[in-house]
Amino acid sequence: MSELLIKNGFVFDPLQGIRGDRMDIAVKDGRIVETSALQHPETIDASGMTVMAGGIDIHSHVVGPKVNVGRLFRPEDKLFKSPLKRCNRMEMGFSVPSTFKAGYDYARMGYVFVNEAAMPPLHSPHVHEEIRDTPIIDNAAMPVFGNNWFTLEYLKNHEIENNAAYTAWLLRATRGFAIKVVNPGGTEAWGWGLNCENVHDPVPYFEITPAEIIAGLIETNEHLGLPHSVHLHCNNLGNPGNYTDTLDSLKLAEGYTPKNNFGREQVLHATHLQFHSYGGDSWGNFESRAPDVIDYVNSHDNITIDIGQVTLDETTTMTADGPFEHHLRALNNLKWANTDVELETAAGVVPYIYSPKVKVCTIQWAVGLELALLSKDLMRTFVSTDHPNAGPFIRYPRVITWLMSRAARDATMKTFKWLERTIDATSIDGIDRELDLYEIAQMTRAGPAKALGISNTYGGLAPGMDADIAIYALNPENMPENPEEIEKALSRCACLLKDGVVTVRDGEVLTEPPKRTVWVDVKVPENAQVQRDIYEHFLRYYSVNLGNYSLFEEHLFNPRVIEVDTTQ
Amino acid sequence: MKTVTLTMTNPPELYLEGQNITPDAFAGKTAAEIAAIDVWEGKLKSPLGKYFTVEGNGGATAAETRIILRGDCSRLKRVGQQMTAGEIVIEGDADMYIGGWMKGGKIHVKGNVDSFCGLAMEGGELIIDGKAGHHLGSSPRGEWRGMQGGLIRVAGSAGNDTATFMNGGTIIIGGDADIHVSTHAEGGTVIIKGNAKGRVGGQMVKGDIYVFGQIENPLPGFKQVGEVEQEVDGVKARFIHYIGDLGERHPVSKGKPVYGNIYTRI
Repeated sequence: MSELLIKNGFVFDPLQGIRGDRMDIAVKDGRIVETSALQHPETIDASGMTVMAGGIDIHSHVVGPKVNVGRLFRPEDKLFKSPLKRCNRMEMGFSVPSTFKAGYDYARMGYVFVNEAAMPPLHSPHVHEEIRDTPIIDNAAMPVFGNNWFTLEYLKNHEIENNAAYTAWLLRATRGFAIKVVNPGGTEAWGWGLNCENVHDPVPYFEITPAEIIAGLIETNEHLGLPHSVHLHCNNLGNPGNYTDTLDSLKLAEGYTPKNNFGREQVLHATHLQFHSYGGDSWGNFESRAPDVIDYVNSHDNITIDIGQVTLDETTTMTADGPFEHHLRALNNLKWANTDVELETAAGVVPYIYSPKVKVCTIQWAVGLELALLSKDLMRTFVSTDHPNAGPFIRYPRVITWLMSRAARDATMKTFKWLERTIDATSIDGIDRELDLYEIAQMTRAGPAKALGISNTYGGLAPGMDADIAIYALNPENMPENPEEIEKALSRCACLLKDGVVTVRDGEVLTEPPKRTVWVDVKVPENAQVQRDIYEHFLRYYSVNLGNYSLFEEHLFNPRVIEVDTTQ
Repeated sequence: MKTVTLTMTNPPELYLEGQNITPDAFAGKTAAEIAAIDVWEGKLKSPLGKYFTVEGNGGATAAETRIILRGDCSRLKRVGQQMTAGEIVIEGDADMYIGGWMKGGKIHVKGNVDSFCGLAMEGGELIIDGKAGHHLGSSPRGEWRGMQGGLIRVAGSAGNDTATFMNGGTIIIGGDADIHVSTHAEGGTVIIKGNAKGRVGGQMVKGDIYVFGQIENPLPGFKQVGEVEQEVDGVKARFIHYIGDLGERHPVSKGKPVYGNIYTRI
């Protein structure tokens, strides 16, 4: 029986509305309990420090085949950047870290749950093998549906029940967590060298539009009542003037209400919205339309977003948005990898340098911060860098520092070559808002946990929840004058408890408690038509046998199953 | 300038990783302190004094430090890696990665070197009296930003993949070059006094290659555009001028496309 008492910290828990009260948090056998339940606890003195639940990353590419392509084709990402062995396993890489480094670095920042943003269903064994090799943090992975032939065919005929049965089957086959949609229809069109540039651009050979795919998947998701909502990467990512396409996509959620037993209140999560909030019609007059996009989100409660903040680093872009990566390589002429995954999806990888000397990059930097700083509900606005697309996740502390400090933003803006033009093209210079630690806890813990439908276990400090607790050497009553100190304190947490085990102390990983794989098992009524469709498609189109497609049990590491029963 | 003389008295059984043998690391240190600097034989770390006798103290700064290496250094790698100033003289052969990521100063190798020497060089001089191995003045694996500046001069021949992804600086090869010269280059100059075997300038965007001898197998992506007379490394001569690689993208400067140039001596 292990008992721990975290004493006298300033506690921030937006799920319970606790705003920096000085209080004790009790831990027993890996769970948070009432302080009265402890008999002879060890104590951790957190006086003068900030106590929060372990961090939750709603969108990050850390495991799977395209991440590994990034690792393999960027040896220079490791050169002179790989620390020697500090923990149990060797750490290497910067923008695409090794699995071990990813786990350790998240833990050092006080994060405990990371949602892998795109799992190609055919390659789910690879995803789960890398999940196993990512120490400490719990992982879930979202299979991609937005370009899946089954999904396109069912939704074309508006067969929501059939699509739901297929979705349930695929979530089980891949041990997946939620419905991910990447450039709906566009990634499939790329197989023909085409793209779907807006939500009304029909998918070649499928006679369905991206709008119908998105709406159909929202209906499917709410029909099943999954913990998370549809997780959407909108069409036309990264292009000037794409904010109208983004608004068109967001409007598709109108009229839908969440139906689930997991406390989730949104029907659509729009991811890395920074990449989708651009005005202008060329790179010359490229500008921010973040205010238009976030205004819409502010006034629509059934949408959550994450920002996808550009961190101004040299990084490696990787996405299931095949046509976008193909387009990007023509812009920067760097090395490039692209692939098509049979009936399901595609992917691409291209290195990218977000330079403070390039006007487009500094405008992108401003767009992400505008989205967060103009948001009226930070329980629906989350921190992300779309790791590694807009920057590596190890920059979250820096992103948070920019959000918390106007001085930090100004210091970064001083390094911009095109400062005047960046200010002209964005509203960043007119924003004085500085977020506080409660708001940061909303954006990095409570909000994402609620949106993922896991807020009964993760993201809070109420008795009964997992004892995943991060302590930072930050005194909310006496915050450091120098913003760099905030970044430092958030980069290396003073202490991280994972399942009640002291895992990190003063930024150093002490031990590796067993991590988990979180997946969603949906029970649906027997559906003979879908069973037959699956059988026939595998016979006719797939390169693998149906019997070899589903994940084998030995690939699944320490599962935590979330059960959903739609037959009741 | 102060001189530190390292004499290899106890040669390693494996290869020795000598990235700490630089004027930058030796500056401000006494002979005893230098003997305590780390080197690696395989994965085992040892003090430099295990292999070398050290005579003389380092200068106050890197620029005031000269290092002389004596004895059999043919299994010593990475000497002068990332050095910024000062001088290194290797009196015989050396192994791979000599002068890699070098930013300034001078390295003089009196014998031969192996592959990856002058890798990703940014400045300074690397003089090799013998011959060089593969990937001379090339980019590190995966990297698209290769040699940026500085001078590499090899008296003998060079192996394959010289100057891959070269962006600037000059490489002069006294003898022949094997296949793949200036692949993907976007700047810089390579001068080959002997013959080049083939695949010269493949996917080259920009930059110059001079071949005094013959290119055994020229690439079809280059087009002959005329003859020029130029002074190259002190020699005035007439060259046939080719542009290319026509299969690659080419930037436009002042309304004109910029090509890679190959000149072969008439």
